[in-house]
Amino acid sequence: MVDSEQTGVTSSSIPSAESLRRLAISESGFVFDPTSGHHFTVNETGLVLLRHLQQNQDLSSILNAVTQEYNVSHRDLERDVLEFLSLLREFVGEQ
Amino acid sequence: MDENNQMSDKNKKDWVKPTITPLRSGLLNKFGKSQNVGWVEDIDGIPITGLIEKYKSPLFVVSEKRLRSNFQRINRAFTSRYPHVLFGWSYKTNYLGAVCNVLHQEGAWAEVVSEFEYHKARSLGVPGHCILFNGPFKNRTILEQAVKEDAHIHVDHLDELFALEEIAQAANKKVDITIRLNFDTGYTEPWSRFGFNVESGQAMDVAWRIHSSENLNLTGLHSHIGTFVLEPKAYSNQVRIMCGFMDEIERRTGSIIKYIDIGGGFASLNALQSIYLPPEQVVPSIEQYAEAVCDTLLELTHEREARGVQRPVLVLETGRAIVDDAEVLISSVFANKRLPDGRRAVVMDAGVNLLFTSFWYNHSATPTRFLSGKPEETVLYGPLCMNIDVMRNSVMLPPLDVGDALVFGSVGAYNNTQWMQFIEYRPNVVMVQKDKIVSVIRKAECLEDVTSLESMPETLKIPFPNGEPDNLLSKHT
Ligand SMILES: Cc1ncc(COP(=O)(O)O)c(C=O)c1O
Repeated sequence: MVDSEQTGVTSSSIPSAESLRRLAISESGFVFDPTSGHHFTVNETGLVLLRHLQQNQDLSSILNAVTQEYNVSHRDLERDVLEFLSLLREFVGEQ
Repeated sequence: MDENNQMSDKNKKDWVKPTITPLRSGLLNKFGKSQNVGWVEDIDGIPITGLIEKYKSPLFVVSEKRLRSNFQRINRAFTSRYPHVLFGWSYKTNYLGAVCNVLHQEGAWAEVVSEFEYHKARSLGVPGHCILFNGPFKNRTILEQAVKEDAHIHVDHLDELFALEEIAQAANKKVDITIRLNFDTGYTEPWSRFGFNVESGQAMDVAWRIHSSENLNLTGLHSHIGTFVLEPKAYSNQVRIMCGFMDEIERRTGSIIKYIDIGGGFASLNALQSIYLPPEQVVPSIEQYAEAVCDTLLELTHEREARGVQRPVLVLETGRAIVDDAEVLISSVFANKRLPDGRRAVVMDAGVNLLFTSFWYNHSATPTRFLSGKPEETVLYGPLCMNIDVMRNSVMLPPLDVGDALVFGSVGAYNNTQWMQFIEYRPNVVMVQKDKIVSVIRKAECLEDVTSLESMPETLKIPFPNGEPDNLLSKHT
């Protein structure tokens, strides 16, 4: 069994903190990316993740922080976050 | 305990899968009306979670109540419009014994198309004289049995006619027979490979031939114009052509036709992949079909009574419209995926091995709990390692968790007969009966069931007769 702290998630799969900080995010989850021109919405938990990612690129600490706040197992959260990140990469432009 | 099932903490918020939804202004929803994702928690009052716990997922569930009420509604639609009506239950549509016997209890005869189906009907206790025997392939042995037991044989071709004549002669009997007809209704593709053609005069030739036989009597006409026929007028035309042919035979040969069998083909509330509109908008009600059939039949048989001849019995072999929406398939999410094109995909525990009809229907897929989160275009895959194993190519669903169940609707027709033991075992089929009794009507398969018919030549009994092969992989560095 892999130690859940060593998730194998590398920071290369996360859009850079810089490109994430450029995003215009409203409280209701409306997101606009001035670089790519994309606009999209995220749900409440997506918003929580985005806010974390803007500040902090260390995934295991994000996972720990979110499990403090939400009823979710480490494993499920990790899968959901990985999925979320792969979508995020589609929407957020790097420059 | 499963690591997923950690104790829930009341002070924490519920986790919902994070989603991202692109906003494309002005783009019409290509799935038609936006789907209002509801959910079902029970089947005839039996909680789905309990069913899965006890009988495992995937699971087919038949509602006896629905099956009976479907039959009763169709029966009423016809018997209230025409005096002599008889239903033959189309075995190929669903020949699970319990399903057949519900319909026999409601008064349906058996409509069979093979030696196997004939045997099955007899083994359920249906007497030969309550069997309608269709199909192009009735072997000699079963034909002899059918003659002996006074089954109603619907002749498909001349070779069958000659065989029947020999059998009747040998038995020293005069056998009443029915011929299958094919013709163009103007609406459906004529199923011209079955039976005798009316327009070319072939069917009339056969009627004469039967008339001249010492041992055969032509007393019935049969045809089946297609399946999932969405136009009731096709049936008016069918009845018109069959009645015209009946009148001609009776006038010219003096035979008396006792029944006209119009086959099956009424559409069920299911979404054909080729049709854009939802089934509620395109599938006629059973009453519309009944009106099309019975009005024409009443009109065209009206002068028979003046002749002192009874109106013919109307025989129906309705299959899918009776059973389709009386059965569902419960299947559970095994894994979530993201496809390279961004679409969400889900691996389910049931695929086309069980739901053969997902090749041509978009079966409804309904969650079994309230799912929060935005619906997103999702592909539902089955468990097979085959590219064709797709349950739904595109369905709008909110995020699903591993273990979440979906209920695939209207699966009663042609699945429990055309499913295959391919890669996976076939699961339990249960029937929800009166007083919330749940009965297993077909047990889940096990290895024994699948291999019991195989036998092993003596020389092949051992896979590695010279000892296990070298473990190349463990040595490879
Ligand atoms: C001769 C005959 N009768 C009845 C049926 C049942 O048709 P359905 O299920 O479309 O009502 C079929 C199906 O193909 C058939 O071939």
